[in-house]
Amino acid sequence: MAKDVVIQAEKVSKEYRLGVINHGTLYRDLQSWWAKVKGRPDPNAEISDLAQDASHTQRVFGDHFKALEDISFEVAQGDVIGLIGKNGAGKSTLLKVISRITAPTSGQIRLRGRVASLLEVGTGFHPELTGKENVFLNGAILGMAQKEIRNKFDQIVEFAEIGEFVNTPVKRYSSGMYVRLAFSVAAHLEPEILLVDEVLAVGDANFQKKCMGRMKEVSQEGRTILFVSHNMTAINSICKEAIHIHDGRLVDQGETSAVIQRYLDSGQVGTNGVYSKNPEELKGKAVIFRVAVLDHTGKESGTLELNQGFSVEVCYELREALSGLSVGLQVLGEDGYTAIYSLPDPELEPSRLETRKAGRYRGVVKFPPCALNTGAFYIRAGISSSAAIYSVVEGLRIEVHDSVGIIQMVGQSRKNSISALQLPWQVETI
Amino acid sequence: MSKGLPVKKESWEIVIAPRSKVFALDLGSVWRYRDLIFMFFKRDFVTTYKQTILGPLWYIIQPIATALTYYVIFGKIANLSSDGLPPLLFYMSGIILWTYFSFCLTSNSEVFSKNSSLFSKVYFPRLVVPISVIMSGMVALGIQFFLLAALTLTSWLNDNSLVFHLQGILFIPLIVLHIALLGLGVGLIVSAMTVRFRDLVFAVGFFTQLWMYGTPVVYPYSQIPVKYQWFFHFNPMTAPIETLRSVLFGTQGVPASVWMANLGITLFLLFLGTLVFTRAESSAMDTV
Repeated sequence: MAKDVVIQAEKVSKEYRLGVINHGTLYRDLQSWWAKVKGRPDPNAEISDLAQDASHTQRVFGDHFKALEDISFEVAQGDVIGLIGKNGAGKSTLLKVISRITAPTSGQIRLRGRVASLLEVGTGFHPELTGKENVFLNGAILGMAQKEIRNKFDQIVEFAEIGEFVNTPVKRYSSGMYVRLAFSVAAHLEPEILLVDEVLAVGDANFQKKCMGRMKEVSQEGRTILFVSHNMTAINSICKEAIHIHDGRLVDQGETSAVIQRYLDSGQVGTNGVYSKNPEELKGKAVIFRVAVLDHTGKESGTLELNQGFSVEVCYELREALSGLSVGLQVLGEDGYTAIYSLPDPELEPSRLETRKAGRYRGVVKFPPCALNTGAFYIRAGISSSAAIYSVVEGLRIEVHDSVGIIQMVGQSRKNSISALQLPWQVETI
Repeated sequence: MSKGLPVKKESWEIVIAPRSKVFALDLGSVWRYRDLIFMFFKRDFVTTYKQTILGPLWYIIQPIATALTYYVIFGKIANLSSDGLPPLLFYMSGIILWTYFSFCLTSNSEVFSKNSSLFSKVYFPRLVVPISVIMSGMVALGIQFFLLAALTLTSWLNDNSLVFHLQGILFIPLIVLHIALLGLGVGLIVSAMTVRFRDLVFAVGFFTQLWMYGTPVVYPYSQIPVKYQWFFHFNPMTAPIETLRSVLFGTQGVPASVWMANLGITLFLLFLGTLVFTRAESSAMDTV
């Protein structure tokens, strides 16, 4: 059964320039040029020190950053392909190139059929316009003809469950309604090729289910879909095949569950809760060589209990005395973007001007019980100063479980919240 | 995934490649997105006029206040000629055209920065936005033409000797089109440059101001000493403004050579603008 190839990527590469060449403003360009003339260090040089650890060195060449490198693949008509990989691997960049938002540096992509990309829901929604007006505007932005939108209008409104509010300006909508309407427009697109980037992580659980259902429907209608997600369950249930992208390269492709298994086994997203490298192998002025999640007994573990506290340990080495450092830790939500906790090293925070001597350091942050609700989270740690990012470790996955059933014990189901802290109420008659 | 599947024929509809072609203007795709042009126009119209009463009123107050100021400063104090027209009418006709031009120019020069959140998430031919901008500006201009009509009537009631050619109205669409294309062209050039130099946006307002004083808005072309008249061949805003006054009120206007030169420059700038804009659009989102 030879199906038509509808997407053909041939040695696609995308480079971004870092710092130095162009700072976006004439003033800074002149400033850098003057510094060069005077033989002083460029005041605007940035990120060139970025993450000089083993995994990134291949991607930074002088002032160029390779977001994508020699990506080639073909997609046949009707295939539903999942794109997986950790944050910053290049999945979104690839979608942006395919959807013509940004041009590749080299290589070519050939497409057959109408393409719609959904990198965000509600792109172009205007708060002052009514729901109806926004449906037409957003539909037009996504490439639908007026007639097409008019034909589907009732379906769109019904799917979004917004009923009579369709003639109300969307600025008066609840965020839930807004997202439902936005997704609904997108869900009724009928392109031959659909590119979807992590937009299903919106709305409440019920609506998410509905969206997944709709995605499945769309995929069964014979459309070709490229789908980016960190949600392996979603990828597994929708996509027949998957592509794994690592550091801008296509490293694996094939049947979905096999690719996911190999991806998880590769340790890049290990749930053992530890990132550990031999510091000798890392290059840079300041490097993080160990990030570990420790459960309440002090044991390394990527699987945590809701009602027990845990801590995160960050070990780093400074190769020279550095000033203005900030060693930070972030806990990100399952989508890998939303920061839940952002914790810079408080010792340095007040002034950020002191110099920290060269040497090895260990920093530990303690989280109280119930600081995170059940679910999956990602840890990111980094060392930076106002002038440069020295080292970043990200994608360390942790899962919080509720084996004791503490939430059920208090007679509740899991509420859709990030943290499950139980704070006491003080009630008095007034 | 279908490795090694025979590709039937090279009938790809879209080929995405690094920008290599010097001039890759695809007017066909702009035409396919004509609904979007209209939707953007409608959005701008609705958001400006539906929510505020002051919105449309502002388009009336602004030219009146400006015309009065010019009347006092340039008419009374500096004693500049108004080409035999009632001063307010003279200034008003120049102001509304200039306001439209400066709107087109400044709005279009900010196309990438104002729309970055949109442009970084979805593809459509970027030219759609500037085209809808020049259309949106025409609404305000239309309102101001009514103001000009009212002022003409008042002036005529005051002084019956005022010359007015009704058929001159037929030229207005051509004059407006010339200005729209010029504003589009220059705006596109600036917007392509702001992709590289964001701080250029601040210079645009100042530059537009200077340009106005180099244009017969507050003074007539007929007052320019002959030895300086060559300059106006190179200012493509000269002909539209002077011609509006001449076709409506029978002033002297500009010689045909100025007309031709202005038109040539406008078309050149439009071509150049579209060229640099389409070149910039594929990489704009990497830097903005």
